[in-house]
Amino acid sequence: MFDTDYEKLEKAIETLHQMGAERGLDYFPMRYEICPAEVLYSIGAYGMPTRFAHWSFGKAYQRMKSEYDMGLSRIYELVINSDPCYAFLLDSNSLLQNKLIVAHVLGHSDFFKNNAMFAATDRDMVSRMALFADRVGEFEHRYGPDAVESFLDAGLAIQEHVDPYIRAGRARGYVEAEGGDKDVIGFIARESRVLEDWQREILYMLRAEMLYFWPQMETKILNEGWASYWHLRLMEQLELEEAEIIEFAKMNAGVVQPGQGRLNPYYLGLRMLQHIERKQGIEALFEIRETDSDASFVRNYLTQELVTDMDLFLFRRESGVYKVTATDVEQVRDQLVRSRTNGGFPYITAKDGDFHSRGELLLVHRFEGLELDRKYIERTLPLVFKLWGRPVHLETNAGGKPITYAWDGRQLSA
Amino acid sequence: MNKPMFILSHDDWSLHRKGELDQERHKRKVKEAIKQNLADLVSEESIIVPQGDKVVKVPVRSLDEPKFRFDYANQNQVGQGGGGTKPGDVLGRAPEDGQGDGPGKGKQAGDQAGVDYYEAEVTIDELAEIIFEDLQLPRLKPKSYPDMTVDDIHWSDVRRKGMMGNVDKRRTLLESIKRQAMSGEAGGAAAGSIHNDDLRFKTWDDIRKPQSSAVVLAMMDTSGSMGTFEKYIARSFFFWMTRFLRSKYEFVDIRFLAHHTEAKEVSEDEFFHRGESGGTRCSSVYELAHKLVDERFHPQRHNVYAFHFSDGDNFDADNALAVRLATELAERINMLGYGEIRTSPYGSNRLWEALDGIRHPAFVRTLLREKSDVLKTLQAFFRDEIAG
Repeated sequence: MFDTDYEKLEKAIETLHQMGAERGLDYFPMRYEICPAEVLYSIGAYGMPTRFAHWSFGKAYQRMKSEYDMGLSRIYELVINSDPCYAFLLDSNSLLQNKLIVAHVLGHSDFFKNNAMFAATDRDMVSRMALFADRVGEFEHRYGPDAVESFLDAGLAIQEHVDPYIRAGRARGYVEAEGGDKDVIGFIARESRVLEDWQREILYMLRAEMLYFWPQMETKILNEGWASYWHLRLMEQLELEEAEIIEFAKMNAGVVQPGQGRLNPYYLGLRMLQHIERKQGIEALFEIRETDSDASFVRNYLTQELVTDMDLFLFRRESGVYKVTATDVEQVRDQLVRSRTNGGFPYITAKDGDFHSRGELLLVHRFEGLELDRKYIERTLPLVFKLWGRPVHLETNAGGKPITYAWDGRQLSA
Repeated sequence: MNKPMFILSHDDWSLHRKGELDQERHKRKVKEAIKQNLADLVSEESIIVPQGDKVVKVPVRSLDEPKFRFDYANQNQVGQGGGGTKPGDVLGRAPEDGQGDGPGKGKQAGDQAGVDYYEAEVTIDELAEIIFEDLQLPRLKPKSYPDMTVDDIHWSDVRRKGMMGNVDKRRTLLESIKRQAMSGEAGGAAAGSIHNDDLRFKTWDDIRKPQSSAVVLAMMDTSGSMGTFEKYIARSFFFWMTRFLRSKYEFVDIRFLAHHTEAKEVSEDEFFHRGESGGTRCSSVYELAHKLVDERFHPQRHNVYAFHFSDGDNFDADNALAVRLATELAERINMLGYGEIRTSPYGSNRLWEALDGIRHPAFVRTLLREKSDVLKTLQAFFRDEIAG
C-alpha cells in the first residue's frame, strides 16, 4: 500500500466503524496491523502472535508458508479474540481488499464480544500466551528441550478434552455429560501421581489455551457466516468507485463460494443467515449471534429449502468410490450437527481415577454414532499412559458393540 | 471521549523468527523419522527409477499428532455440489486405504477425516545425506599422496561484520531494499543508498575432504536369469553408491562393468538402463576387473574397490575359476564386495557357496532377499572401518 492509500484506508475504517455501529454492531476497540505475509502465516500457524515453541507449530508454519509461496492460498487477514481486538492485514492487499476485510473483521469482533460461547474467554490471552511461552522456555532450559518436547507431545494429545462450560454458562442445546469429568486434561493434571510440578503447570497451560480457542471451534460456521454477512452489507452501502465494485464482487465471490465437495463454512453460514433474515427479520440474526453455536444453529435453522438450494448431501465411501447416500434435510442436518458437536472432537470423560482399585485410569467415550479411529487410539493411549503413569482404559463402541481398549505400558488390548 | 476506537499501524516485523525456529525442530524430527524408515525408503521405487534431483514424498507416520479422533473412512460425511445432486450419484474415486488424503484438516469446518499419516517432502539430496551420514569408503589407504585430505572452503554463513572483500552483494542489496520498503520510502527504487546496517558478509569454514584417488568398479550381472526384482535391487544399490561416492569424495572414478557370459565396460547410462539376456559366467567380469587394474588402475597408485551383484546362478563349470579370480582380486585391491540377490531359497550353482572359501578381510559379501536389504548392504560395504 502506498502512503496515500494508507490515509484513504484510515478514512474508510472510520466510515465502516461508524456504519457498523449505526446498524447495531457492538465490537471491541480495534487495532489494525499491516504486516507482511510471513507474519500472517506464522500467526496463522500458532494461532497467536506469540506462543510456546513446539515442532507441530513449525510443521503448520512450513505448510502455510509453502502453500503461500506456491500461490495455493492467500491469507488476507487474521483476527484475534481480544480486547482491544487485533486484526492483522496483509501488506500487499489493495485498498479495496482492506476495506472489505475491515468490514469482515468488524463482524468477528462483534461476534467475539457478544456470543455466549465467548463470554468467559480471557480477552488478554495475547499476553498470557506470551507468558506461557516464556515459562516453556524456562522449562526447556532447566529440564532439557527433549524432555519438554516429549511432554508437550503427550499433553497436546489430550488438549481438546476440556470442559468449556466450567466457567461459561450452559448454552442452548447443551447435553449434560453422563458421569465422568469432561475436563480430562484438568483431571489428569490434578489427580496424576507421576507428574512433576512443571509438568502439571504445562497441562494447566494447555488447558487454558484450549479453553480460549474452544469457542472458535464451536462457532466456525456461525462466526464466518456473520462476518461475511457484515462485509457484504457494509460494502454494499459504502461508496465505491466502479473499478472497486468489480474487484469487490470478485473477492467476495472467492470468499463465499460454494465448496467443491467439501463445505465452505463462510458460504454455509452466510446463506443460512440470509435465509433467516428474509423469513424472520434482522432481529433474529442478532439473537442467533448471541446465543447459538454451530451445532444449535444448524439444528434449529437448516431447512430442506436450504439443503436443496445449496445442494448439500451425505456421501460415503462404497467399494472404492464416493457415493451420495442422502439429500433429505433430517439426515444432512443430523450428520452436520454430529460433526459440529463438541467442536468436532469425540466427547470423552475421565470416569475413574482408581479403576480396578489399582490407580488405573478409565476414560469413556460418549458414543453418538461415530466410531473412533482405532489406529489413533493405539497411538494416543500410550501418551495418556505417560501422563497418568499407570494403565489407561478407553471405553467406546466399535462395530455396534461396546468395547474397552487398554494400554498397560507395553501393549494394546481390547 | 476523544479516545480513538481504532489504531492503524505498520510495525517492523523483521524480528519475527519463531516460525523458522520451530520449523527447524520439525525438520529434525522428520530426519529422525526418516532414519527409522530408512531401509524401506532406500529401495523405494519412486526414488530409484526416475533419476535426477526431485522432491519425493516420504510417509512419516510418527509425525502427525496423535489424538482421539473419529474414523470417517466408512461413515457418512456432508458434502456440497453444484446443484441437483441425487442419492446414488458417484462423486469420484476414493483413495486407497492408508493413502487417505482426506479433505478438511485440523480445525476446519469440514467433517472429514484428516490425513492418515504425515507426508514429509524431502529432496533426494536430503535423503542421501541421511543415508550417507555414517558411510565411508573402507580401508582407504594413502597411495601416491601422503596427505589423504584436500583443503577446501565452504561458504557457510552470512554475517553483519566482515572484510570488505567478502561482501555478499546480493544480500546487502536485499537488506537495503527491505529497509527502504519498511521505512516507507518510495517503492520501486531498487538500488538506493546502502547503509552500514545493510552490509552482509560471507564467512567460510575450512573443510578437509578425504582425497581419495579411488576407483570403483561397479559390476553387475545382466544375464537372463536376473529377473526384474534382481536387477532392481542391484540398480538400487548402484544408484545410491554412485550418489554416495560423488557427494562425499572429490576424486573418484566409477567404472561400470556389465556381464553375462562375457563382460564389457559400458557407459553409466547403459549400465542403468539396458537389459541383457543369456547365460552367466561370473569369471568374465573378474577377469575384466583384473585387466583394468593391470592396465589403468594399479593398486600402488589407486584405491580400488569392486562391487559385484548377481543372482548367483553361475555356470557350474565356471565357479572354480570365478572363485580363484575373486580371491586374487581381493588380495590386490582395497575391497571386493559381492551381493547375491536371492528371491527363493532354492536354486543350484550358487556362486555364494562357491565363494565360501574366501577368508580374506578385503572380501565382504551380503545376501539380499528383500528391498530393505539394500540399506544393509550399503552399510556392510561402506562401513566405518579404516584398515591400519
